[in-house]
Amino acid sequence: MNNVVIVGATSAMAEAVAQRYAEDKANLFLLARNQEKLDIIRQDLLVRGANSVHQASFSANEIESQPQCVDQIFDTLGTVDVFLIAYGSLPDQDLCQKDVNKAVEEINTNGVSVVSLLTLVANKMETQATGNITVITSVAGDRGRQSNYVYGAAKGMVSTFLQGLAQRMHKSNIHVLDIKPGFVDTPMTAEFKKSALWAQPEQVAKLIYNRINKKSNFSYAPSFWFAIMSIIKSVPKFIFNKVSL
Amino acid sequence: MDKLTSWGQYPYVHADVKTPSKEELPVLEFKSYIPRGLGRSYGDSALASAVVTSKKLKHFIAFDKDKGLLTCDAGVSLDEILRIFVPQGWFLQVTPGTKFVSVGGAIASDVHGKNHHIDGCFSEFVQSITLVINNQEVQCSREVNSELFYATCGGMGLTGMIVNATIQLRKVKSAYIKQKTIKTNNLKDTLAVFEEHQSSTYSVAWIDCLSDGAEFGRSLVMLGEHAEQGSLEVHQSGKLTIPCNLPSQLLNKYSIQSFNFLYYHRIRNRETNDFLHYDPFFYPLDGINNWNRMYGKNGFTQYQFVIPKEAGYEGLSEILKAIVSSKQGSFLAVLKIFGKENNSPLSFPMEGFTLALDFKISDSLFPFLNKLDDIVKKYKGRLYLAKDARMSESTFKTGYPRWEQFQKVRDNYGTLESYNSLQSKRIGL
Ligand SMILES: Cc1cc2nc3c(=O)[nH]c(=O)nc-3n(C[C@H](O)[C@H](O)[C@H](O)COP(=O)(O)OP(=O)(O)OC[C@H]3O[C@@H](n4cnc5c(N)ncnc54)[C@H](O)[C@@H]3O)c2cc1C
Ligand SMILES: NC(=O)c1ccc[n+]([C@@H]2O[C@H](COP(=O)([O-])OP(=O)(O)OC[C@H]3O[C@@H](n4cnc5c(N)ncnc54)[C@H](OP(=O)(O)O)[C@@H]3O)[C@@H](O)[C@H]2O)c1
Repeated sequence: MNNVVIVGATSAMAEAVAQRYAEDKANLFLLARNQEKLDIIRQDLLVRGANSVHQASFSANEIESQPQCVDQIFDTLGTVDVFLIAYGSLPDQDLCQKDVNKAVEEINTNGVSVVSLLTLVANKMETQATGNITVITSVAGDRGRQSNYVYGAAKGMVSTFLQGLAQRMHKSNIHVLDIKPGFVDTPMTAEFKKSALWAQPEQVAKLIYNRINKKSNFSYAPSFWFAIMSIIKSVPKFIFNKVSL
Repeated sequence: MDKLTSWGQYPYVHADVKTPSKEELPVLEFKSYIPRGLGRSYGDSALASAVVTSKKLKHFIAFDKDKGLLTCDAGVSLDEILRIFVPQGWFLQVTPGTKFVSVGGAIASDVHGKNHHIDGCFSEFVQSITLVINNQEVQCSREVNSELFYATCGGMGLTGMIVNATIQLRKVKSAYIKQKTIKTNNLKDTLAVFEEHQSSTYSVAWIDCLSDGAEFGRSLVMLGEHAEQGSLEVHQSGKLTIPCNLPSQLLNKYSIQSFNFLYYHRIRNRETNDFLHYDPFFYPLDGINNWNRMYGKNGFTQYQFVIPKEAGYEGLSEILKAIVSSKQGSFLAVLKIFGKENNSPLSFPMEGFTLALDFKISDSLFPFLNKLDDIVKKYKGRLYLAKDARMSESTFKTGYPRWEQFQKVRDNYGTLESYNSLQSKRIGL
């Protein structure tokens, strides 16, 4: 895994993944909207052993600049071994209910922009006939819940998209991995009360790294979320609609 | 509000804990707080009603491969430094007995290792420090703001929040240590062995505190040198975890005694030579996560003092005798020889002998430790702030006569009011 691209590289989980590849002396291409944060991360990864670290600006809200951005990545690295999409935003559900613009914006950030990026990247990877595409979605995409169904819908859109993409890319020897974290202690969830169910970003990063290496198709991170989501998905609607989740 | 404690699980405090990122640090709302690293100090030096942790200050900033100079954030742990740099042939110049301390904590306590008699403290290898003081960034080194630099090394977080530092690493050819263990018969013998091996890079003795009579002060003296051969393989992460506090009765006098006995008798010959990885040599307890929970829910404290060289055998044996006859002793009794004192007014080491022992907290403990304090004072010694949860203001001020110089620097940089811990208030800083 020599050439690794991370979109949303300032995310806590993404950074922890990048550190693992840096220790493997990889060439990293990092994209994020905040270049100051990215500067700090780039320095850190170089000290940790990364062979090279490229950086570029990326905002989920600028879909029109994606083709050029993807060209730049593939031109710089030649081949891409791992393409990780990590960015996401957890919106205030109330706000999304009151303001349709907000709801659409969040669907665009967490869903449409990812689908768009994946379409461009998949076509490039297909001609390589080797490599991995990983996206961090969420357990929230498994079943819509009143507390965050706008976010959940966008993540679910990406997960469904990835199911099909994985099937298509299998023929070209491209491993497509959908990572669905449960609760992870990162800046995104800074305000939440933490319980025993919460994982650290380093822990999830280790799972991502190992699953990419092993070409695993298992999504839940940590794995016990498989059990939790199996139960949540199997609750009949007439009960589900009465509970507050 | 979080319930917060440090390694000794004594005392506890209700604290407002903030973990800011680098950008958030200068705009904190606290009027007064204490910086906190990984909470490996035993007592109350990293405790206060407002605490700011360095958990998010965790980036490496630069590494000069030729000189071995590393610049990193204060929240980076020594564990992380070893993980990244041992494979590249670099080790720490000075390391405490656990690798789970932060760079900020190592500077703030000016920690020492088994090589103090040769190399001095951690701060000897710190080139420069960046602090945030009252929401402003301040740089210091031996050349720039030197008073602040010296006060910050060993300054227990009372001169502001350390955000990053540049430290010198040590070139090594191998991750292994050549160890020689010498079994001594009594305290005189132990001191003679130290004297004879004063040129060894690393030395430390484990004293069996519960042996008496002719065997009083019998020890295992362990000497070490970095090996020239062997791979540069990094340590593994801890395997065993003590999941909860054990009933404190588990650690009674008999279990302590048998532990000491086993330890001492494991070694049969006068001299044993081993070739071992740095991890068991420097960090024998790091393999068990949360071993501090073995002491039960009342917690424990470590009593670490230093007495000047002149006090010698007489001073050491007086204190050891008091411990032996109290039967409160611990299974960790570590003796070390210190080299010269440095320029930092609150740095603990001074030329002499230092002994560290763990004590389970009990009703009879503090009166007993007060008596030990008196003996330490009599010999013009002092106690280590990083381990302390209980010393009195007068014990502190007699032990650290340069405390006024320290306060003056704090006053000059405006940190008297804004950085305080339970400890600093107790000891009158
Ligand atoms: C098993 C074990 C073995 C040990 N062995 C040794 C030894 O051999 N030699 C030795 O010298 N010590 C030893 N210690 C003590 C330990 O090295 C010190 O207590 C060290 O300061 C702990 O670092 P920390 O990051 O956990 O800091 P904390 O415990 O969180 O804080 C300790 C002090 O440092 C200050 N501090 C922490 N971070 C910052 C910062 N960013 N800016 C300003 N101030 C800060 C705090 O305010 C506090 O006063 C040992 C401790 C343990 C648990
Ligand atoms: N934390 C959890 O409990 C949890 C659970 C399930 C799934 N996830 C998913 O895990 C992924 C990683 O998140 P994290 O937990 O590591 O949180 P994080 O550290 O807060 O990272 C979120 C990242 O998304 C970026 N981002 C947000 N909006 C963006 C936009 N419009 N354009 C470009 N980048 C944008 C952020 O960039 P800035 O640095 O510029 O803000 C940041 O890098 C996300 O996809 C998230 O949805 C998280």
